[in-house]
Amino acid sequence: MLRFFSRRLLGAIVILLVISAVTFFLFYAIPRDPAMLACGKNCTPDALEVIRKNMGIDKPVPVQYWEFMSGIVTGRDFAQGSCPAPCFGYSFASSDPVWDTILDRFPTTVSLSLGGAVVFLTIGLGAGMIAAWKRGTLADKVFSTASLVLSSMQIYFVGPLVMALLVFNLGLLDQPKYVPLSEDPAGWFMGLLIPWMVIQIIFTANYTRLSRSSMIEQLAEDHVRTARAKGMSGKFVFFRYAWRGSLIPIVTIFGVDLGSLLGGAMITEWTFSLPGLGKLAVESVEQTDLPMVMGVMLFSATFIVLFNVLVDAAYAFIDPRVRLA
Amino acid sequence: MTSPSQAAIAGAETPDPDGVGLTTEPVGREGSKDQQVGRSPGQLMWMRFKRDRTGVISAFVVLSMFAVAALAPVISWLYGKDPWTRYGQLKEGLLNDNGYPIKPNGGIDAEHWFGLEPGLGRDVFMQLVYGMRTSLSLAVVIALLSVLLAIVIGVAGGYLGGKTDYLLGRLTDLMMSFPSQLFFVAFVPVIGALMVDPQDEMPTGLRAAVLIFVMWLLGWMTLARLLRGQVLTLREREFVEAAKVAGTPPWRIIRKELLPNVVTPILVQSTYMLPNFVTAVAGLSFLGVGMPASTPDWGRMFATGAEVYQSDITYMIFPGVAMVIFIVAFNLLGDSVRDAFDPKSGR
Repeated sequence: MLRFFSRRLLGAIVILLVISAVTFFLFYAIPRDPAMLACGKNCTPDALEVIRKNMGIDKPVPVQYWEFMSGIVTGRDFAQGSCPAPCFGYSFASSDPVWDTILDRFPTTVSLSLGGAVVFLTIGLGAGMIAAWKRGTLADKVFSTASLVLSSMQIYFVGPLVMALLVFNLGLLDQPKYVPLSEDPAGWFMGLLIPWMVIQIIFTANYTRLSRSSMIEQLAEDHVRTARAKGMSGKFVFFRYAWRGSLIPIVTIFGVDLGSLLGGAMITEWTFSLPGLGKLAVESVEQTDLPMVMGVMLFSATFIVLFNVLVDAAYAFIDPRVRLA
Repeated sequence: MTSPSQAAIAGAETPDPDGVGLTTEPVGREGSKDQQVGRSPGQLMWMRFKRDRTGVISAFVVLSMFAVAALAPVISWLYGKDPWTRYGQLKEGLLNDNGYPIKPNGGIDAEHWFGLEPGLGRDVFMQLVYGMRTSLSLAVVIALLSVLLAIVIGVAGGYLGGKTDYLLGRLTDLMMSFPSQLFFVAFVPVIGALMVDPQDEMPTGLRAAVLIFVMWLLGWMTLARLLRGQVLTLREREFVEAAKVAGTPPWRIIRKELLPNVVTPILVQSTYMLPNFVTAVAGLSFLGVGMPASTPDWGRMFATGAEVYQSDITYMIFPGVAMVIFIVAFNLLGDSVRDAFDPKSGR
């Protein structure tokens, strides 16, 4: 188990290194003059010179990459001061340290992702189970159709519709905003209620379908039939035998989804103007703020890769056959 | 001459232990000579597909949307308007002082069927038709390129095996762990900046090329992985062995023995792929990194819609509903195509 895990972890680190290198070389090496990009639209020759010096562009690109990567581990010293341990450099736009900005925006993304996950898991798994249980009945058809239509909706379409209805027409809720949970739990909940309801639509349908088919598959398994034949109650067999087995494929998908959600739910955050990682990424891209984009990119990739490893580990834990492969 | 591809296809059909794929058909329909009529898998698929009413209807919807996109200039000529003219600003009495349509429901009337765009006063119907044209052509090109690359990588990995397979497999893994949406958002402007001075507006063609390139780069992995698995099992099958023993060159084996057998997953996967690309392109436009503002674009209508929805929700309804219909139809079509090819999969 330990060997399996450490091998996967090693692979993950390699993948992250490659991603960082690809991103870095694309951003810093290929543009004719990254300092020009950094400088932005109203650039003076003096400012350009300062930026060149700060970025260390006179050095060869691999050296620059090494400095950037070692800066993440050990910190770096710049002309304008030293940058402590996880150093991703400074934003071109605001001159704030990239890492601090990421940490500042991350709680919003975490709240949005986890809350959304609770909603789509509850609805998705619930609907899928009912559909599998009442397979072929009206309930099954209603859930299947609803999930098909809902999954075809886009956040940038449904978001404004829901806002127009609940906020501006009926006045039931306030405009979505992020309030830290520690400051005001009620405000946190109310502020994120609409984003949670909207972000789940792209996931719920997937989970409904998956949990339905997985459940149907499990119900046809031999051990479930045996349990029934032994005279166990239908409910017990349904939950303790079939449901548990049906969760295995769902765990995989959920890990992947959660990882990418934590890396920034760009469209949702943009639609509702929530100051999370995804919005930060889009804003930085608009301002060609390369250090910030690079930072967010690596941060998000880490989450995706890390969750893939966690899923593999969970998988190996649930199903020992995987470990041997 | 016996075509090897026919042998390959026959090989693909026979393994069904219960022969579902063959016996569901009325064997020996009243032919001209009262004989059993041999049908190719393609014909069988077409017969099954024709019987699936949902599939036929969704195919009709999808095709008519493509037709609308393809015939956009004709529609524009018949309708007598184009997507660029600012009708609301040219004519009095269409937009109020704040730039919103005066008539109710976003200014819908006999003249402007879907109303007017707030602010610029362009015709919404034409915007949507031309926007669909832009998005659909982008998505089709991306899908075609992705399928091609997936075939090359998947088949090469699966057939050659060994080190090639290992390397291609790791490459697939690597590309899969890129945060794709973030990658698109980050790299479209960066790659554009490589070719055009950042100070200038990027030309439409170049922007489209960059969008296509970036999406293509991260669009092929699922299908490649699927094809690799399929080819891996096909490689061990008798008809491939036979071809090898007969001294068929590898390229011919791939072309004539393997490819005809993976048409099904390619077709099914492509029908799932295309709507994903449409929504991804639209998402990029929504975030402001899609096509430039001078080109009508489906996705950017949502960006405009998100700005004006508090005063004029109608503007967003048409592109939104059109997209929902398009994606629902496409997903249903994908399911039907899958069922027609492989009746065992069932729903």
